[in-house]
Amino acid sequence: MAWDRNQLAARAAQELKDGMYVNLGIGIPTLVANYIPKGVSVTLQSENGMLGIGPFPTEDQVDADLINAGKQTISELPHSAYFDSAQSFAMIRGGKIAMAILGAMEVSEKGDLANWMIPGKLVKGMGGAMDLVAGVKRVVVVMDHANKHGVSKVLHECTLPLTGRAVVDRIITNLGVLDVVPGGLKIVELADGVSEAELRAATEATLVN
Amino acid sequence: MKKVYATAAEALEGLLADGMTMAAGGFGLCGIPELLIDALVKSGVKDITIASNNCGVDGFGLGQLLDTRQIKKMISSYVGENAEFMRQYLSGELELEFNPQGTLAERMRAGGAGIPGFYTKTGVGTVIAEGKEHKDFNGETYILETGLVMDLAIVKAWKADTSGNLVFRKTARNFNAPAATCGRVCVAEVEEIVPVGSLDPDCIHLPGIYVHRIIAGKHEKRIEQRTVREG
Repeated sequence: MAWDRNQLAARAAQELKDGMYVNLGIGIPTLVANYIPKGVSVTLQSENGMLGIGPFPTEDQVDADLINAGKQTISELPHSAYFDSAQSFAMIRGGKIAMAILGAMEVSEKGDLANWMIPGKLVKGMGGAMDLVAGVKRVVVVMDHANKHGVSKVLHECTLPLTGRAVVDRIITNLGVLDVVPGGLKIVELADGVSEAELRAATEATLVN
Repeated sequence: MKKVYATAAEALEGLLADGMTMAAGGFGLCGIPELLIDALVKSGVKDITIASNNCGVDGFGLGQLLDTRQIKKMISSYVGENAEFMRQYLSGELELEFNPQGTLAERMRAGGAGIPGFYTKTGVGTVIAEGKEHKDFNGETYILETGLVMDLAIVKAWKADTSGNLVFRKTARNFNAPAATCGRVCVAEVEEIVPVGSLDPDCIHLPGIYVHRIIAGKHEKRIEQRTVREG
């Protein structure tokens, strides 16, 4: 037992606090928007130039000029605002965004993050991820604990090119929640049905108490 | 001075040369200058260096200029939607300079604003920082990035008045504003050109000083990920 994609997104949504301006990455992080806790109001930023992302549009509302950073069609809200890419990253780099929730290929016990390329194999680009991890106040990573061959993605050192060095604050995986602390990672929470021994066995990174 | 041209080809006349540099607006396929890209394909101009967040998709947008091998180098943050891009890059046919998205936007903004360089935290400790000047401010390390000034900027807006004042629409604004400012010459394509006096001066997104030539035309506005909910 462990958290599935949706449970992972629901757990990540617990990180959201009322009044926050938040940037959600592509993939599972996008699903976080479906689980915003009752009574919590957050404003979602899309780095292509929008604050106040609304839900997917109905068929007749679809507008090619209105997309999120994952290039999906979206809708606007009464408090939405649009701006250009320079302004968008000014608010990111300037520390105005309270939290970013993003995916990862690898994380390290020092809070290093790799999520933009596999040399010689997969070249997608970093998009806005390097700016986000460098600029926002708190970085939460949502990921699978191991790859499809069962090899840990929570490592002593990342093997892939980094997106940022010592930038991650919290890691939420299908097995549990870990915080980056001096000396390594600290277990904050175990996923439903996952024992501490299982989580430890699946983690290459140093775990501290 | 007359800024309004009849066609994209006419608007680009005298501005193109092999080996030139360009900045293009758009994010994915949202807000891309479709008509000007089509005209670039027809012009045959080659060995172009283009600063653009993405490079279109296979066969559409800037992706067309990859198919015709007119691009020498891209300065981009994300190329994940384009198989031909990845193929040309991995085979060494195409040069690629990856820039973090915010760094790319700020390089355009800075170039257009007469700022030759700026320090940023983005990319410190990554391959992006290699070979760049590092400097500490208030105990934190930053790297030096340079402003971009390009031979030509091609952008898309929603409306223009005949003096070149531009209004964008929703998230189609994206890179169009910073890209426009960093071109020595900027050509803008819009959906509608209106007489001067019909746009509210308080609601101009980009003043006409940055825009040298304008065309209007019909846009396909292709959608990459059509996501909907039940009405």
